Amino acid sequence: MLNIGLLATEAGGAAAEGFEAGWLTRHVWLIPLLPVVSFVVTLFFGKRFKGGGAWFGVSMMGLALLLSTALGVEWMGRGHVGIEEGQPPAVAATYRGTASGDQEHQVQQVIEEAERTGEPKASIPGHGEEGEEHALPAGRFSLPAAESGGEGPAGEPHAVEVRPYHEAEAGWFHIGPIEVGFGFHIDGFAVIMLFTVSFISFLVHLFSTEYLRDDRRRTHYFASLGLFTAGMLLMVSSSTSLQLLLGWEIMGLCSFLLIGHWWEESKNSDAALKAFFTTRTGDVGLLVGLSILFFGAGQTFNIAKINQQAITGEIPRSWLVAAAVALFIACIGKSAQFPLHTWLPDAMAGPTPASALIHAATMVVAGVYMVGRFYPVFFSAFRIANNALGFNIIALIGGITIIIAGLLAFVQQDIKKVLAYSTVSQLGYMVMGLGVGAWTGAIFHLFTHAFFKALLFMGAGSISHACWHSFDMRDFGGLRKHMPKTFVTFMIGTVALMGLPPLAGFWSKDEILLGAWTNGYRGTFFLVGCVGAALTCAYMTRVVYKTFWGEYKGPQTPDAIEHASHAAHGHHDAHDDAVENQAPALVGASAYQEGAKASADPGVKAAAHGTVQSERGPHDDEASHTADDHGDSAHAGAPLGGYPHESPWPITVPLIVLAVMSVVAGIINAPFFGLQFTHFSAIEPIVAAGVPEPSFSGVVAVISTLGALAGLGLAVAWWRGMRFGLDGLTRRNGLAGAGYRLLEQKYYLDALYERVIVRGIKGPMASAAYWFNQNVLDGVAHGVSATARRAATFTYDVVDQEVVDGTVNSVGAGATGLGRGFKHMASGKVQQYVAYLIGGAAAGALVIFAITFNRS
Amino acid sequence: MYLNEFLLLSAVLFSCGVYGVLARRNGVLVLMSIELILNAVNINLVAFGAFHGQVDGQVFALFTVAIAAAEVGVGLAIVLLIYRNTRSIDLDQVAQMKG
Amino acid sequence: MAIIDGNVNLDNAVLSVATFAPLAGAAVLGLLPKREEFLVKAWALGTSVFTLLCGLYLVLRFDYGNAGAPQFERSHSWIDVINSNYHVFMDGLSLPLFLLSMVITTLCIIYSWDHWPEPRNPKAFLMLMLILETGMLGSFIAEDLILFFVFFELVLLPMYFMIGVWGGEQRQYASLKFFLFTLFGSALMILSFLALYFKSGGAGLEPTFDIPMLIERGMSDTLVRSTELLIFGGLFMGFAIKVPMFPFHTWLPDAHTQAPTVGSVILAAVLLKLGTYGFIRIAIPILPAAAKEYAPLIAVLATIGIIYGALGCLAQKDMKRLIAFSSVAHMGFVMLGIATLTDYGINAAVFGMVAHGLITGMLFFVAGSVKERFHTLEIRRLGGLLVQAPKLGWILGFCSMASLGLPGLAGFWGEFPAILSTFNPAEGLSVALFRTCMVIASIGTVLAAGYLLWLFQRTAFGTPKEEWATTEVHDVERPEWLAWAPLLAGIVLFGILPGIVFDITDPAVNERVTAAVVAQGK
Repeated sequence: MLNIGLLATEAGGAAAEGFEAGWLTRHVWLIPLLPVVSFVVTLFFGKRFKGGGAWFGVSMMGLALLLSTALGVEWMGRGHVGIEEGQPPAVAATYRGTASGDQEHQVQQVIEEAERTGEPKASIPGHGEEGEEHALPAGRFSLPAAESGGEGPAGEPHAVEVRPYHEAEAGWFHIGPIEVGFGFHIDGFAVIMLFTVSFISFLVHLFSTEYLRDDRRRTHYFASLGLFTAGMLLMVSSSTSLQLLLGWEIMGLCSFLLIGHWWEESKNSDAALKAFFTTRTGDVGLLVGLSILFFGAGQTFNIAKINQQAITGEIPRSWLVAAAVALFIACIGKSAQFPLHTWLPDAMAGPTPASALIHAATMVVAGVYMVGRFYPVFFSAFRIANNALGFNIIALIGGITIIIAGLLAFVQQDIKKVLAYSTVSQLGYMVMGLGVGAWTGAIFHLFTHAFFKALLFMGAGSISHACWHSFDMRDFGGLRKHMPKTFVTFMIGTVALMGLPPLAGFWSKDEILLGAWTNGYRGTFFLVGCVGAALTCAYMTRVVYKTFWGEYKGPQTPDAIEHASHAAHGHHDAHDDAVENQAPALVGASAYQEGAKASADPGVKAAAHGTVQSERGPHDDEASHTADDHGDSAHAGAPLGGYPHESPWPITVPLIVLAVMSVVAGIINAPFFGLQFTHFSAIEPIVAAGVPEPSFSGVVAVISTLGALAGLGLAVAWWRGMRFGLDGLTRRNGLAGAGYRLLEQKYYLDALYERVIVRGIKGPMASAAYWFNQNVLDGVAHGVSATARRAATFTYDVVDQEVVDGTVNSVGAGATGLGRGFKHMASGKVQQYVAYLIGGAAAGALVIFAITFNRS
Repeated sequence: MYLNEFLLLSAVLFSCGVYGVLARRNGVLVLMSIELILNAVNINLVAFGAFHGQVDGQVFALFTVAIAAAEVGVGLAIVLLIYRNTRSIDLDQVAQMKG
Repeated sequence: MAIIDGNVNLDNAVLSVATFAPLAGAAVLGLLPKREEFLVKAWALGTSVFTLLCGLYLVLRFDYGNAGAPQFERSHSWIDVINSNYHVFMDGLSLPLFLLSMVITTLCIIYSWDHWPEPRNPKAFLMLMLILETGMLGSFIAEDLILFFVFFELVLLPMYFMIGVWGGEQRQYASLKFFLFTLFGSALMILSFLALYFKSGGAGLEPTFDIPMLIERGMSDTLVRSTELLIFGGLFMGFAIKVPMFPFHTWLPDAHTQAPTVGSVILAAVLLKLGTYGFIRIAIPILPAAAKEYAPLIAVLATIGIIYGALGCLAQKDMKRLIAFSSVAHMGFVMLGIATLTDYGINAAVFGMVAHGLITGMLFFVAGSVKERFHTLEIRRLGGLLVQAPKLGWILGFCSMASLGLPGLAGFWGEFPAILSTFNPAEGLSVALFRTCMVIASIGTVLAAGYLLWLFQRTAFGTPKEEWATTEVHDVERPEWLAWAPLLAGIVLFGILPGIVFDITDPAVNERVTAAVVAQGK
């Protein structure tokens, strides 16, 4: 069918010796294929498998993860070529633009980078045939230069080492004068994304085997997960914008299916609809933007060619701006940026692992990925590195999103919603990073965020799995004693999200802030980023306090939750399902076979699931699901020890793995670690477009860390203050005179924090923002839909039914009326008819006579 | 050749026929009136034929006579049927074709 | 000057046999006793399968390297007096639609196997269906205006009776509306045909109804511009009503709502395409200059249709009526593609026709089956289809997704290239206008997602309404699977490998349609 590899094009000198693409690079289509296989097999045969096809999906994803890891290793062995900054990328070996003179800081960055990396990787000579235009000899980096000197001799060419991309395309179809290809474009960016996506997806699959163990639609769930992953993998490795669109929309579909997984409740299907509809609204931009780029770049869907032409200026700037705005609208929708972010918190209606997948590795980062992939278009369109305005739409939207979402996170009671707003906020970071020219930072943040956000979601899932599927933080408390593994891993994820050194979030957030700092956004977006960091710390502190500290406040048996007033928030638990499964007419019962086998009464089993475990001690992971036979006794002894229990291994193992990744993922791009990530992310279009690559700055790191710590400190203080009693605080505040204020600085800060910042933020601002969110934005959305419906009704009722249809009907009625008039003529009397005949003949004769009278 | 006289005769006959068709209520009389009209036409045909020295007119007249014979046959049959059904040949009574 | 190509060979004989076999089958069917129901059904199915096999033979024999050229051509003098010939051939434009008609008819007969609309009369129903098939097949291969007209009109009567006899409560109103609208268009169309005929003569040339010959003669160059515009206007009315385009669409929802399931399927899947096919095959290549004059009007009407259809859908309370309105929107995309007069646009249009045929046909099938199970299509009263009949529910979901243009399914390839092409219409057309249309049409895709998902949510999600809670609802049954599986497979197949259609249509579009437009521009 698709003869991948026939039309393989190697970038620039890559065809030369030493650059033969490795086997996996040439067969990268295997990676998206595996989840597709998982999808098809699970969908059609899943119910015949033991476990509803879950383990088939897990194994396929495991294989995909292996392959993408191997691809990463193989990629690291690929030779480098040096290309000059600000030069067109290798695909345009014939074109060579003049270096833009005003980019001194970039020049300097190259020097700094050269210093940082110590010795430059040897640029491989031997690109003699095709590559001589762009590839520079080795040793370009042997430049001196003080770190802050800025005396990098402008005008002298500087080279950055990149691994040339590999692209293989096969003909897909002909339309008009062009042949559209279906292919794969592999560069460092794609390799990183493939790895991240398969990594997260594998863990999500594994996690789900336990989390949705008794779900009534387990098979559908795993099939959707497979397709979802396939969509993302296809998107990140695609060589054409058309294919990108394909992956993009497949994800939209799967998010619809997963968010609406429990579609019996209208709340869930509403959320699914909202997600699909909102992202689809953004997709208008994608359709329009891709069309503009298609014609702008001389009728091609090839992303590399589009980027190259954006750099060389072959696409007129006005077109670029139009395309960039349109594409960014798509990003706003998909990546849940202000003002289209409202769907994401609602999307929490889906199963938690699916949320983890949506938030960490697929769907919402698709928008960021797309902007990153077409970055030269945005970079040229908005003149990001050299912007006279001091802001651009991307950075602006990203910045607004950071703050808005961060504030909203404070007023949520649902732990998943806090995390959802945090995702929105972190996506804002990525988008802002792209807006201020910190491409590497944004992509790096995407990479690290995937791990710790997946960790946090799965941690929340683990908690809820233990707490009878409640997500309400008012039900939690004191869980650090009951769920130590979840607690430790969740804390790691939290610290990583807060961006405190040395965990992952710090390094990537720092690179974004660094970009804002060095690219002339110091007074604006740098500050926004710092404030965002502080907010993140504060709201995450709140989550941690409410969940892990204090006393457990939730119900202690599943029965209790049934009667609890807050039973409404999401108890799609095994208990629920088990009861429904007793009516086999309604549900495909096969998914439940395991449970039914183990216990005569599935409801009891679900009860046992929790209570037995706590009896046996929180560390006994393995035994959790072999405890079914204890169901009856546990049920009888329910009042005993009804505390949450630690989750079993398919849940804790992913947590631990992700926690490890949250620790190390950031360090790999630390200066002292040799900037391993940058070696992947240095790809031709980005370097050629002249995207700046600033070096690590201690000042920035300190400022951002201070900002984060401030947020953390204030939040901790607040929570402690609350615990020690507000009355004492107010009393001391009441007594406090002007002279004590400096001495009582701590309380002064507490008060300030409480009265001005926290209360200000928590009270009016966040509520206002939330109100704005719920009423104005959602209101506009509702208003638009209501208006559309009203307009539709009006159009239909008045225009269509009365005016348009009315016209037609009146013509008919006229004819009928006429007929009714003539009816009387048909009296049935022969003589009357003859009279008409003769009268008519006479009239005719008269007419003929009149006409011919003059002639005769 | 006195064409005009023939035409005048035919016109008178035609008018009588038309009157009969329109005014008479008796079915048989109406049929007879139709015969009058037809024969008025026949006179015209023969007259014009003679006037132009061609036989076409007479041929057509003969043709018409034949057709008229058939028509009267059918017409009388209809009248007979009407009579059988309604015991009357008053055409005003026969209005089944009223639309 | 009658062109008589007497060379009958197996291939072009098969083309004619395939076209007339259903008619012959219908005639034989008329002789079979009405009581022998199985015999009647088997004969009808046999006829349609035989026709389909003939079609498959042609598909195999088709020269794909030369898809733009006429194949299996046959010309025989027919009505000498007006120089009209029996001239048929097949090319890349006809092949997909020709095959689609055969497949849809066969599947409809399979579906009907035990779904007979009341009053139950399989014999008459099947006869009409077979006559319809000949009309549809003939329209897609006719290369003579009179021949085309005859086939075009041949379709009208069986559909009229199908709606009028087996339709819903307001069937008489609907069938009459359908008939009158279409006939009105046809009247103007035949006037234009005649005008073309009379104007094609002169300068030593005999007037002709032959389509390729009319294209060759460059009517746009010889006609006075105002005459040309009038002639195109007549063609436009004829085809636009059939499509149906925006202000002429009101017959469609009524006809669809009232028609029996199979009637709706055929109407949506094939009959609407006669209009768009007429534009591509006749109106544009013969009168390219007038087409350029009309293109902005067509584009604007198509865009209005897209939005208007979508709004109409949102206001509906009846499932079938909603699907009918969605046809207005989808055919808007097809017409938008055609209005660009570019390769991309017209290819997209042909793909859109095929995709709409498969998808909307399928949606009507599903609606029919829902009606059969619940005896209502009122959206408010439905719900929880996925609980009671999960397979049917998911098929509805699948078709909704396909219909809203999800990439990877057939609908996308009619929609996106149409939008794409609108960015860059043919030379001489107003770029600003078309780009505005493009943006508005893109918004139409959002609305499409809105109404289709809304429909899906209301009917399939949730739990069954009390009314039906205890009703035993059977899921998809064997005849339904047999009838639907090919359509569902087609939706996926064409979605993944759009080249199957594009590679056939593209040369034909280039050589037969846009070549004329481009030549005119020079």
